Amino acid sequence: MEKTWNNKAWFMVLPVLLLVAFSAVIPLMTVVNYSVQDTFGNNVFFWNGSDWYTEILESERFWLSMVRNLIFSATILAIEIPLGIFIALNMPKKGWGVPVCLVLMALPLLIPWNVVGTIWQVFGRIDIGLLGYTLSALGFDYNYVNDPTDAWVTVILMDVWHWTSLVVLLCYAGLVSIPDAFYQAAKIDGASRWAVFRYIQLPKMNRVLLIAVLLRFMDSFMIYTEPFVVTGGGPGNSTTFLSIDLVKIAIGQFDLGPAAAMSIIYFLIILLLSWVFYTVMTNVDAER
Amino acid sequence: MARIDVNHVRHSYLPNPQKDADFALREVHHVFEDGGAYALLGPSGCGKTTLLNIISGLLHPSHGQLLFNGKDVTNLSTQERNIAQVFQFPVIYDTMTVYDNLAFPLRNRGVPEADVDRKVRETLEMIDLASWAKKKARGLTADQKQKISLGRGLVRSDVNAILFDEPLTVIDPHMKWVLRSQLKQLHRRFGYTMVYVTHDQTEALTFAEQVVVMYDGGIVQIGTPAELFERPRHTFVGYFIGSPGMNVMPVAIDGKTATLGSQRIELPGAPKAGSGAVELGIRPEYVRLGREGMAVQVSKVEDLGRHKVVRAKLEGRDISAVIGEDETLPADPKVRFDPAGINIYADSWRVEMEA
Repeated sequence: MEKTWNNKAWFMVLPVLLLVAFSAVIPLMTVVNYSVQDTFGNNVFFWNGSDWYTEILESERFWLSMVRNLIFSATILAIEIPLGIFIALNMPKKGWGVPVCLVLMALPLLIPWNVVGTIWQVFGRIDIGLLGYTLSALGFDYNYVNDPTDAWVTVILMDVWHWTSLVVLLCYAGLVSIPDAFYQAAKIDGASRWAVFRYIQLPKMNRVLLIAVLLRFMDSFMIYTEPFVVTGGGPGNSTTFLSIDLVKIAIGQFDLGPAAAMSIIYFLIILLLSWVFYTVMTNVDAER
Repeated sequence: MARIDVNHVRHSYLPNPQKDADFALREVHHVFEDGGAYALLGPSGCGKTTLLNIISGLLHPSHGQLLFNGKDVTNLSTQERNIAQVFQFPVIYDTMTVYDNLAFPLRNRGVPEADVDRKVRETLEMIDLASWAKKKARGLTADQKQKISLGRGLVRSDVNAILFDEPLTVIDPHMKWVLRSQLKQLHRRFGYTMVYVTHDQTEALTFAEQVVVMYDGGIVQIGTPAELFERPRHTFVGYFIGSPGMNVMPVAIDGKTATLGSQRIELPGAPKAGSGAVELGIRPEYVRLGREGMAVQVSKVEDLGRHKVVRAKLEGRDISAVIGEDETLPADPKVRFDPAGINIYADSWRVEMEA
């Protein structure tokens, strides 16, 4: 069919272009702008080239935050994915237990991030918090304010508490879609519990698990609010993850240039990882 | 292979069944002979799948006993009973290759790998999938997947029976025919005891030597396809088997004559006394249309290509007749009943006639 060209069509896409421009492109461009210039105040800017990028990439501080963040992401994935699968496998498939479990599972997901942070900040306090007080009373030397290990344990526990439900719900959705005939056939074939998991349940959860890993990785790689509320990145820099560090540079020290350069690097990393995940997922799809 | 005795088996899905209506399976008492090909035929919800799952051990019956070759297996697990079952929707392990799918039941039972290899290769030949052995199972078509489901049963040489639960539902019509004849061949060659659940009468009649017709949680008739057609024991069998089903009309009996409204019908013999409402059943194939007999008003003629089905009213009741493709309707149509096709029912159950 012959296409009709009508330049008025551009007018029709204008609203969405404006929206995207104001919400994403223009802010991003200002960041790009800051990342290549320096200022000594009075709105006077000097061209600075790639200096800020070099500075960030050569700074030990950036890489330490990155390593901390990667260790954090890896740890919570290593806990939340198996734990989520385990809980989903043990959730009831029918009866009154289903809505009860689903509501219980959904609860942590409905709580705003900063509230989760506040809950755990109070929960872990050794003077009034249930967890902190109990642990101290039992003789454990627990104090997330002073001890880096305790701070890490608290932040990880908090994330596991907050987000394992998401993995559970995704896996559960995959599990309930398996027809009964598969389990019956497995019984007839004499399959063990492990074989049923390995050859029936796991393949059916394959896709949702990939989505769960993607979501949890992205979220944990960008985590800010909860650790900021609980530990503020401390003690020292021990729980300063990338986005906390970024905010410290930008707003704490007001080093707009390095902060902008770091934002761009951070953004490119996320973009790259998203692309990798997307490619893997579409490849898995194409295989089917 | 085994002879399967189903001894007074009753089953209910309710925890405390009281009335007869609480039972999905009211009472089944039947013997599936060793090496027989049986079809369980009946409408949805008649209990045929329940009976099948009780035989395979996926369900434990509320009452009754199950014997394999005279040995009580009622309390044995599915695995211990050593049966094979093919389900309505093909069940395959889609991360495995075709070969591994077939090897799965053997490996689970700890069979040495050399024997596994031999058995799997044999089975692949039997189900015609030898060239697919190394392929991933998920890329196969529905009928190939269903063959794999079957193959996982065949691969165990010592299975007591192979059970089929409407296995051809999702298969294309032309492949249905192919698979059905392959099943028959396998049965002839290896003499498996096969029980085949279906609601499709063509499938049941072509597959089985003995068709077990079930209705409302019980068995109403067991017989060869010809017996079911000629002498339905229950009016339900008359309706359910045949297309269109048997004509059933209320009559009054006096010796060797039946009276339907103002019409008198000669019977081949005098029916024995039975209790309840008396009905006369005759298949459309035995209703002769011509210029003599009882006057009917024809309402429509369906041309099915091979023959025509005439829908008419006799004494105000619907009646169908089958006539040849080339036959034409007379101007003033009348019907006669061929005595060979007449059955008399009392309270829906057939009564014998004395010559």
